Amino acid sequence: MKHIKIFKSLTAVVALALMSSQAIAQMPDDAIMLGKKQLCTGFTFMHSQWDHYWEGTLKRENLNMGTVSTQSIMFMGVYGISDKLNVLTSVPYVWTHASAGTLHGMKGFQDLMLDLKWEAISKKLGKGKLSLFAVGGFNTPLSNYEADFQPMSIGMGSTNLSGRITADFQTGIFFATISGAYVWRSNIKIDRTSYYTTELHNTNEVEMPDVINSNLNIGIRKKNLIAEAVLMNMKTLSGFDIRRNDMPFASNQMNSTSIGAHVKYFIPWVTNLELIGGYDYVIDGKDIGLAKNRNVGKSQTFNIGVYYIFSLKK
Amino acid sequence: MKKILIPITGLSLMVILSVGCNKNISNRTDNTAALSTDNNDLGAGSWKPVFLSRADSFPVAAPDAINSTSYKADLNEIKALQQNLTKDEESKIKYWAAGGVLRWNEIMRDLMAKYNLPTVTNAAGNYPAPDANNPFAYPLFPFTNPPYAGRAYAYVSGAQYDALIACWYYKTKYNQAAPYKNDSSVDAKFINKTDLPSYPSEAAVLAGAAAEMMKLLFPGEIANIQQKATEQEQAAIASGAATRAAVVAGDALGRKVAQLYITRARGDHAGTAGGNPTIWTNFETIAMGLGETPWVSLEVPRRPPMLPLFSKVLPCLFDSATIPTFRPGPPPSTNSEEFKKDADEVYNFIKNPSRENIGIVQYWADGVGTYTPPGHWDAIAAEDFVKKNWSEVRMARNMALLNMAEMDAAIVCWDIKYFYFNPRPTQVNSSIKTLTGIPNFPSYVSGHSMFSGAASTLLSYLVPENAAKYQAMAKEAGMSRLMGGIHYRVDCEVGLQVGNKVGEYAVQRAQADGGN
Repeated sequence: MKHIKIFKSLTAVVALALMSSQAIAQMPDDAIMLGKKQLCTGFTFMHSQWDHYWEGTLKRENLNMGTVSTQSIMFMGVYGISDKLNVLTSVPYVWTHASAGTLHGMKGFQDLMLDLKWEAISKKLGKGKLSLFAVGGFNTPLSNYEADFQPMSIGMGSTNLSGRITADFQTGIFFATISGAYVWRSNIKIDRTSYYTTELHNTNEVEMPDVINSNLNIGIRKKNLIAEAVLMNMKTLSGFDIRRNDMPFASNQMNSTSIGAHVKYFIPWVTNLELIGGYDYVIDGKDIGLAKNRNVGKSQTFNIGVYYIFSLKK
Repeated sequence: MKKILIPITGLSLMVILSVGCNKNISNRTDNTAALSTDNNDLGAGSWKPVFLSRADSFPVAAPDAINSTSYKADLNEIKALQQNLTKDEESKIKYWAAGGVLRWNEIMRDLMAKYNLPTVTNAAGNYPAPDANNPFAYPLFPFTNPPYAGRAYAYVSGAQYDALIACWYYKTKYNQAAPYKNDSSVDAKFINKTDLPSYPSEAAVLAGAAAEMMKLLFPGEIANIQQKATEQEQAAIASGAATRAAVVAGDALGRKVAQLYITRARGDHAGTAGGNPTIWTNFETIAMGLGETPWVSLEVPRRPPMLPLFSKVLPCLFDSATIPTFRPGPPPSTNSEEFKKDADEVYNFIKNPSRENIGIVQYWADGVGTYTPPGHWDAIAAEDFVKKNWSEVRMARNMALLNMAEMDAAIVCWDIKYFYFNPRPTQVNSSIKTLTGIPNFPSYVSGHSMFSGAASTLLSYLVPENAAKYQAMAKEAGMSRLMGGIHYRVDCEVGLQVGNKVGEYAVQRAQADGGN
């Protein structure tokens, strides 16, 4: 960090400004890269809530939980090892709350995320540019939080490895990104010595089904603005349904589709400061020809974040 | 080039890891060794049964002689089976070889967890009650809440125990050795050879008793349960432990004994334990007449209290007149300073719960979707019992003692709960949020504490080397309810004491049943 030299010269500032479309805070599933020796850090606040959920495929409400909300503050840091290789990390602090009934909220540091993102291919295609990315991810709980108290638990408790492929095409200011990740999840150990899925298991170990996450983003990407519509899908490859009026469980088959809009804005007069905001809501996958939602909340999620970009170049 | 290599290596490593790591899980008793008894308890035919009046109440015909045509035909059946055992058949023999009492208890626990789900409201906003005559329609019958489960475990365990006493009586009477002893070309497949006479088959007695009993308790599971019974009986034959004739005789004997229990269960008043709106209101009226705040359901919409008349169910270890003698003094008045302090203590426990406390609450939660506290104690006991290499009849006796203690603890506990009709902590202080689901019945005394007190007292007698462990577990189980915000300390402490007293009745029975 001692090498950080912000505003060292006008040249540097101009260079950053020109690169702004590249330097905007990025996620593992987008098509944005930081330049070499750039560091982007900041915080995102997230609020997510649902008052209906799918019990298996049955959409219902639960007056004994009311509205269940999850909020988090996430620190995120991205560093450009090179123009083509970035490392991303995030640390979220999460807390949950149910507006009705008696269930106690949970809070704590959730999962450390570490991703290595590689821009493998970048080439002109007609008037536009096609880029391909490969991302390797690692995810592990930062605290020994209780994963066996769904839906109040702050996370699932598994350690995950993921492999992601992303393709991005941009022409003029318009772009489209498609991305898919396979998430391998470790088994978890719970405090109970037995639990029921579709049969009784006399063990504290729970097999966590793997997950495929995919997203399609379409929008505009300009010098200091990205505005996009986002379609996200989560498909859990096995797992079981919540039984009628049972509690949810970490190894449920959780399938969900959401649509939303995300904006990333690079403030022109404070060159290194960036604001992000987003809104997503869960729709039933079957309404748009995808798999029916299962065992997830019909969430609405807002997030807002502030990021700062440092150049560590001498 | 280096830049490319790093991510490629990373991705390859992930692929290798995800392919290489086996996620399969196994149950603690999957590989339990075949039963190897030190003592066949040949005198068990004279042990004292529970509801069976005499070991020979139901006659069992003498087996055909070992030189008879029919016996030889039975041996040929075994030989043919043993020559063509599939992997699946082998694994079933190994599964049942660990002990029929153990396996049936596990099957019971599975069913309890499956059916332990409270009803959702119907369109009119009411909670429909499960109907035994229509078990497949929602709400499924039964709802295996802790009292229902305690009673069901007790009746299946009791029927198996009584049936095995009769079985042992005829085993020693007819003294027919196992097929593998009578014919050297019959193997003991995946089982240990024993001198225990094989007619009638103890495996078939257990299967018949359980399958017959479960017709009443789990009418929606008859086909599955019958399949398990058939598997156990088939495994007994294929393993070389029993002939077809020994299995047929054992199955019939088990079912006859179970019929006694079915008659008992039909007349034990459990069917009317749900009460009716007049009865539900009456508890409130009585409590208010005493100037106390009555319990109210904290569910939305309010759910009728769970089995308010379960106190009327006939106990196993003592008579009905004894039930009120267990009643402890009242909890602190809901108007008293002491009561307020007790509620404050609960609040302090849940205000900022430690991870350790949350873990203890979850470990003992045994709530919705689980095999309930009696099932948890069955699991603890069964896994300890297996290490003792007891005969099936001793295993059955000890599980029956445990489960009768649990059933009677439920009856006594429900009597106390509805006698005092005391509110849960959250009812008097809505800022008390709970770390597990809040049970839908009055607070004083804690059911977990009573189940655990009764179980630990009996288990300490049966497996004295573990006494300190059982007592510590019982105390923790009780206190977990305070840590979880659903009980006051007094509920747990008094509940444990009353539970111990119920457990003493089981100990007294154990001392007098001839099994020592």
